[in-house]
Amino acid sequence: MYRSHVLVCGGTGCTSSGTPKILECLNEEINKAGLKNEVAVVQTGCHGLCALGPIVIVYPEATFYSMVKPEDVPEIVNEHLLKGRIVQRLVYDETKTEEGTVTSINETAFYKKQHRVALRNCGVINPENIDEYIATGGYEALGRVLTEYTPDQVIQMITDSGLRGRGGGGFPTGLKWKLARANEADQKYVCCNADEGDPGAFMDRSILEGDPHVVLEAMAIAGYAIGANQGYIYVRAEYPIAVKRLSIAIEQAREYGLLGKNIFGTGFDFDIELRLGAGAFVCGEETALMTSIEGNRGEPRPRPPFPAQKGLFGKPTLLNNVETYANIPQIILNGPEWFASMGTEKSKGTKVFALGGKINNTGLVEIPMGTTLREVVEEIGGGIPNGKKFKAAQTGGPSGGCIPAEHFDIPIDYDNLISIGSMMGSGGLIVMDEDNCMVDIAKFFLEFTVDESCGKCTPCRIGTKRLHEMLDKITQGQGTLEDIDKLEELCYYIKENSLCGLGQSAPNPVLSTIKYFRDEYVSHVVDKKCPAGVCKALLSYVIDPELCKGCTLCARICPNNAISGKVKEAHSIDQSKCVKCGACIEKCRFGAISKR
Amino acid sequence: METVNVKINGISIDVPKGSTILEAARLAHIEIPTLCYLKEINEIGACRICVVEVKGARSLVASCVYPVSDGMEIYTNTPKVLASRRKTLELILSNHDRKCLSCVRSGNCELQKLCRDLKVEDESTYDGLRTKYELDTSSAHMVRDNNKCILCRRCVAVCEKTQGVGVIGANERGFDTNIACAFDMGLGETSCVSCGQCIAVCPTGALYEKDNTDQVFAALNDPEKYVIVQTAPAVRAALGEEFGLPIGTNVQGKMVAALRRLGFDKVFDTDFAADLTIMEEANEFIDRVKNGGVLPLITSCSPGWIKYCEHYYPDLLDHLSSCKSPQQMFGAITKTYYAQKMGLDPKNIVMVSVMPCTAKKFEIGRDHQNAAGVPDVDIAITTRELARMIDRVGLNFLSLPDEEFDDPLGRSTGAAVIFGTTGGVMEAALRTAVETLTKEELPSPDFVEVRGTQGIKKATYHVAGMDINVAVASGLSNAKILMDEIRSGKANYHFIEIMGCPGGCVNGGGQPQQPGYVRNTVDIKALRAKALYDIDSSMTIRKSHENPAIKQLYDEFLGKPGSHKAHDILHTSYVKRTVNNY
Repeated sequence: MYRSHVLVCGGTGCTSSGTPKILECLNEEINKAGLKNEVAVVQTGCHGLCALGPIVIVYPEATFYSMVKPEDVPEIVNEHLLKGRIVQRLVYDETKTEEGTVTSINETAFYKKQHRVALRNCGVINPENIDEYIATGGYEALGRVLTEYTPDQVIQMITDSGLRGRGGGGFPTGLKWKLARANEADQKYVCCNADEGDPGAFMDRSILEGDPHVVLEAMAIAGYAIGANQGYIYVRAEYPIAVKRLSIAIEQAREYGLLGKNIFGTGFDFDIELRLGAGAFVCGEETALMTSIEGNRGEPRPRPPFPAQKGLFGKPTLLNNVETYANIPQIILNGPEWFASMGTEKSKGTKVFALGGKINNTGLVEIPMGTTLREVVEEIGGGIPNGKKFKAAQTGGPSGGCIPAEHFDIPIDYDNLISIGSMMGSGGLIVMDEDNCMVDIAKFFLEFTVDESCGKCTPCRIGTKRLHEMLDKITQGQGTLEDIDKLEELCYYIKENSLCGLGQSAPNPVLSTIKYFRDEYVSHVVDKKCPAGVCKALLSYVIDPELCKGCTLCARICPNNAISGKVKEAHSIDQSKCVKCGACIEKCRFGAISKR
Repeated sequence: METVNVKINGISIDVPKGSTILEAARLAHIEIPTLCYLKEINEIGACRICVVEVKGARSLVASCVYPVSDGMEIYTNTPKVLASRRKTLELILSNHDRKCLSCVRSGNCELQKLCRDLKVEDESTYDGLRTKYELDTSSAHMVRDNNKCILCRRCVAVCEKTQGVGVIGANERGFDTNIACAFDMGLGETSCVSCGQCIAVCPTGALYEKDNTDQVFAALNDPEKYVIVQTAPAVRAALGEEFGLPIGTNVQGKMVAALRRLGFDKVFDTDFAADLTIMEEANEFIDRVKNGGVLPLITSCSPGWIKYCEHYYPDLLDHLSSCKSPQQMFGAITKTYYAQKMGLDPKNIVMVSVMPCTAKKFEIGRDHQNAAGVPDVDIAITTRELARMIDRVGLNFLSLPDEEFDDPLGRSTGAAVIFGTTGGVMEAALRTAVETLTKEELPSPDFVEVRGTQGIKKATYHVAGMDINVAVASGLSNAKILMDEIRSGKANYHFIEIMGCPGGCVNGGGQPQQPGYVRNTVDIKALRAKALYDIDSSMTIRKSHENPAIKQLYDEFLGKPGSHKAHDILHTSYVKRTVNNY
């Protein structure tokens, strides 16, 4: 027994900002202080508040230290662990009280409205230790399923819970399992889609890094339910920490007999293998994913046949996403009614979102379905930096769309998001403020799909390229009103004609920005102006001679020598040389330079 | 047969369960246009030309791969469908090298036809960045021009599935996707077998044989040269298609007339050398059976098959007959026996062959194919190239008279002409081998068990007190099955015929290209094969050993089959090759 536990976040964000060094220092200092047998250091998964990483939490007080640097470690050890004095300067502001104590992190705005089901163990347990998972109820659901329920009962529970696929489409999970069970075959497979590829999304990564066993347990349950004895996890090679922890977890589960032959002595066999994806976005599409597992170039194939009929290696296959699986053991343990009590009428449970963009608390949040966008942005996300105004939120990544301010109070669920031209997607949520140009945003996402199109079908291979070219033309100020119509027409064509979900949804960012921000498109093509001041070709930087003091700072900072003027005389910018980098605006102390 | 009821454009129809919408529509007399689709070979739904509306479906569906279900309502020509197909074409054209006027496929390009059918009015609607590719001219037989490739992947599928070779595939992705070899190797650096099946299925001018027609014209116009042409059996069964005749029309007479009018000094028939091949190969077979040689003996007429065997089964090269192919035997005899007989200097003879085959262009450059110290064959052109030559000089092919081949190397038997179809070499060899072994005349020269277009055929014949097990394979993926049996020691065949192309030479990579919608609905190889069997059955001499010109050749020059001289002139050797260069 230890008198104190120090939890250090080992998620990717915190790891890249210093966790390994902090762990090294912690162990060293604790040794030095002679606390080795009193204090345990635990590397956990992601806590969610990535903006404040690296995060260190000291129990039993639950002191939440943020932005910890290795050089802070001796102070934490000597003050907090040795003398019991909280290091106030490192404590997360929101948990400080006037009395100099700390409140629970769960009382902060960021965590208060969250409800962690899929992320239950993330940031709580050591993901590399199966005992910690078991100590929090891990593998109990698998045990119950194998010993108390028939496969049909398991499927009924999942169906009753109302769980829908968390990978994007929102297909009812119970139904998917039922279809996979219904197809007789000598061999079936259970696959896990861990090929999270939306820009800015890291929900699945955090679960894999913070709680890998939950996925293994859920896949074994699924295997029992549909009659499969082999599972594959298709995980991106760009997630090295997730891959490492999954490998450890599979090893440990095999060692404990929780994977392999005759699990729990029930005669049920189930094993799991990892397959690493090479980073193609399209491999998140289910048929492309299976094609890739089979060892071929990751390209989608026509459906039907659906995976439940003819999937991996031509056999009936169940494919769910990481977050979907992460909900399964909890549904079994707490009952489907418990799960269905959360969320909205048609979207039950919670959803994990990766908050990014123009928002204070970038990070990972899990909220009950039905939480409004306003609550997510203003309360949980801590609002928009620098007092800027909310313009839109982008959900669903390159397949989704933009939600404008007029829908700020919409309760987030599958059907609501689709009704306003966006989609849940896997859970990326990017906030945009008044400084974001919506044409530029659409272009950004199209650039992504152009890069990630597999090239198999014509509409996606060539159509998305042409969409991107048209958007580029508009941002260059060379578009016409007819181009906007042509753009829309091509968008609808690509949606209708593409082979797979990637192409069918690729035009969504364009269509939703045209729908809600048509005036911005019109400004670009008619007025030849970018209202947000983003599109460089439509901008010019000018110096107001009235305000310019002739300090020469701008002329010296200009990387292309575009600014000239004598000392103490008004300067001017040579537009032919200006590269519109904005360095001069930032440096001018007199507010004399502006974008037009 | 279990059926389902569907409504196509409002008309109710019962169709077999499991049909695709494309097949169902065909039963309703509607031919939905396709581009990438090749039945059982390339069913990938990639090009999206065949899209249709299905009531209740979220988007348009690709009819080539979408199965019908009971009660399905399908609309094949709504404004949305037609506009979508047109837009797909406009997008393809936006990244297509539109040099249609100088394109080898001008006039029989499937993309061109679709653009006309679907009323594409402006090929530049979606113009933007266009990918530019260097031509791949690294192989002996063909050119890949990816600037004209529309990424239908028919070539990829036929190379991998039908031929089991798989040296081409998609490289890069998205807009930069292109069909090429692994690591951007040139085709000539890979274990490509030169079969040309990729060309046969290409809908556009992206793949074509290396055109040697200018060299032929140059030779014909060179007064120093004595230009002799030989034509393979399968050419006469397909050449007419280039001039609008039905598939399977025998145009031997008009072909001979055309060649003569093109200016060849002699118009001979490869069939003569086919008979010669039988003499040598039957002798080799009997020798191996009697003297415990390596069995099964496998035929060596098909240069695509030979190259395949060298790359993929170099350990089994001893099974190959050492006989040169009929093309090469013909060249060798022309430049030795015939040159001597006619007092010609072999150096001044230009031996041109017209072949249904692209691998023949590779074969003429092989080692040990120069019996007279000069290449046995100088120029090998395809059936398609011959058609282009006929067009170029303005011959009205259809009104030409039927003419006969020249003597003596134009004389052949029914056994020779069936060389052009799968099973034909086997049947021809059996006609001679059985009579040689039994020393009795066959009651009938027909060995029907080895006929037909199926990929693998097997039969056992009781001959002179022993059971002779034979097998016939066409298409290299079928060859692979037999070769794996031999390699594993499970096979007990004595004699195997293998042809590189499915169906044999009638379906060779150098034959007229039939568009996808024909290939998907008509068994081209069966129709062309029938033309050859009809010729065979109409001939009075149907056994190679009864060909008087062959007898004369052995009497005057070679001695007997398998003689030292025959070996020097008519036999060759093989090389062990590796699979690709890595």
